[in-house]
Amino acid sequence: MNQRTIQVAALESEAIYIFREVVAQFEKPVLLFSGGKDSITLVRLAQKAFFPAKIPFPLMHIDTGHNFPETVAFRDKLVKELGVTLIIRNVQDNIDSGRVKEESGRYASRNILQTETLLDAIEEFGFDACIGGARRDEEKARAKERIFSVRDDFGQWDERNQRPEVFDMLNGRIDLGQNVRVFPISNWTELDVWSYIQREKIEIPSIYFAHKRKTFIRDGMIWSAADAFVYRDEEEKVVERMVRFRTVGDMSCTAAVLSDAVDIKKVVEEIRDSSISERGARIDDKRSEAAMEKRKQQGYF
Amino acid sequence: MNVLKIATAGSVDDGKSTLIGRLLYDTKSLTDDKLEAIEEKSRQRGFDYLDFSLATDGLVAEREQGITIDVAHIYFSTRKKSFIIADTPGHIEYTRNMVTGASTAQASIVLIDARNGVVEQTYRHFFINNLLRIKNVVIAINKMDLVDFSEDKYNNIKGEIEYLASKSDYKNQQLTFIPMAALQGDNVVSKSENMPWYAGENLLHHLEKLDAEAINEVSQARFPVQTVIRPKTDEYHDFRGYAGKIYGGDLAIGDKVVVLPSQTKSIIKSIHFFNETFVKAKNGSSVTITLEDNVNVSRGDMLVKVNEEPTITKQLDATICWMDKEPLRESQKYYIKHGVNDAQAKITQLSSILKTDFSGKIENPSELALNQIGDVQLKLSKLLLIDAYDQNKSNGAFILINSKTNNTVGVGFIH
Repeated sequence: MNQRTIQVAALESEAIYIFREVVAQFEKPVLLFSGGKDSITLVRLAQKAFFPAKIPFPLMHIDTGHNFPETVAFRDKLVKELGVTLIIRNVQDNIDSGRVKEESGRYASRNILQTETLLDAIEEFGFDACIGGARRDEEKARAKERIFSVRDDFGQWDERNQRPEVFDMLNGRIDLGQNVRVFPISNWTELDVWSYIQREKIEIPSIYFAHKRKTFIRDGMIWSAADAFVYRDEEEKVVERMVRFRTVGDMSCTAAVLSDAVDIKKVVEEIRDSSISERGARIDDKRSEAAMEKRKQQGYF
Repeated sequence: MNVLKIATAGSVDDGKSTLIGRLLYDTKSLTDDKLEAIEEKSRQRGFDYLDFSLATDGLVAEREQGITIDVAHIYFSTRKKSFIIADTPGHIEYTRNMVTGASTAQASIVLIDARNGVVEQTYRHFFINNLLRIKNVVIAINKMDLVDFSEDKYNNIKGEIEYLASKSDYKNQQLTFIPMAALQGDNVVSKSENMPWYAGENLLHHLEKLDAEAINEVSQARFPVQTVIRPKTDEYHDFRGYAGKIYGGDLAIGDKVVVLPSQTKSIIKSIHFFNETFVKAKNGSSVTITLEDNVNVSRGDMLVKVNEEPTITKQLDATICWMDKEPLRESQKYYIKHGVNDAQAKITQLSSILKTDFSGKIENPSELALNQIGDVQLKLSKLLLIDAYDQNKSNGAFILINSKTNNTVGVGFIH
């Protein structure tokens, strides 16, 4: 037997408490899993919350079809190890059926199109709680988000009429047709997530570590040229650079950063000294000052 | 990951955004891209200074109106500690947001404009800090540059606040007075050369020294069960663990406990956290506990040590901060959420409205309106296991929920 005393770190304890409230208060929760570091961290916290029982809800990936191949391989391996159900719904299906129209041009991205597919899946399965890895430090509209964030039939976020969250009491009462988006790592920063991955020795996809990649530069950002989904003008020159990704979204809107951080220790050091925010490499936030708030009102997670 | 949660309240005029901006800027927590965005927006608006509120006012409506409406969470860290600031609007119509932001705070900062001294808003901030029993309160006397860094001015304001504190019923509060000029950075992260008469610490050093663990009041352990874990696998065939978070004290293997409300006695057999077991779990930990005896425990039940039982009651006396447009009135019914327990509650009496400027009470009011704070009595549909808020914050607070809208409409502090 272990003789130690345990004091669970405050942020971890808070996240585990939130997971347990979700399972107690909702009938059909689901964990939105992208294969990115935040959703991988969520999976570990969910494991901890219910151990030795299995994670008592499925994972769901809204697949834009523009994923980094490394992420998809990682996703499938993790799901197999955990023995949980993975639901995949494809943005491509909605494009094929003409329900949504694909963007075109230099900044074309399927990121926004995910919303429609997500809302369809929520309706299809009757999910009443969708657990996501969004953090308040990512973006200033997210900083106003609740831990239990109520959405209506259209997935809309009514930002001016949010429920007050006092102490750690979470009010999950909703009407039929409504659902709640749940953010257990709301209060974590990017550095908290990376430090946790380091401490817990959590495996993450290889693109988070520095590697050689064929890239080109646009608007001062580094884009992957190795993949067909990323639009590139002919005059945009391809050069092999040592890079890594700080976030893993749709390939068409996720830029790389120059980096020598080949392992988790170096990544943590890099983040600690970084002078660019994480979403600084996400073109979807740069569309306007209110980009995130607008997408959230429309049901984006 | 040693995190300290701090609440700030105040308006733009107090220099609150400037102070927060200073903390972010001087701890190098503002990244280049965020700083550039602030510089560009500030220029666009014709300001000749950096408007740091642009970093925190995340909603379009807030930027349009130039006011903070909702609680914003701001994160920064030094080598020693991580901080979360819950930044709340200071106006009277946002009292509920102030209470929300302060509810999880371990420390708070009350900003005072040295030119104006103690104003109506200061009383309210101070009142709410007392109501929520926030132990460490920093009184930041800001804009000292505009009063010629006058020690007399500082002492006058300090005296007024100390007089206010003497009228409060909360005696454990620790007040720290810091004279500042946030715009120039005096006494924010470095010692001011303009105020040699001030011997105390700068704000950041003071905050770094506060120990979040030591602030959490230690009383008696409360373990409300969130969910029961039954894996039903071969390896853990008979495992029956109670998952929850410990509030107010520690629990250890061998502790004699009583399960409430059934009053069944047992002994703690094991304490689990993920795939490890521990002998003892501390206040604030989310763990899973098993008992020696096969007793009936379900969500909402509570494990406590024998002879440390909370009050078991169907009636509550409490102070409530009302958070909904539709006022609270006598004989109305609501859902009550107390920790992980749900019940129905009827307001049997609305005794008084408390004036947030310490000037007393309005007795027997007809209603408690949005942002008002008052004393009520409630009758409950089932037994709840409660402590006074003074004894155990988590087990002494509750929320009221409107059964038609499902909205959280009030927060209560049990007497």
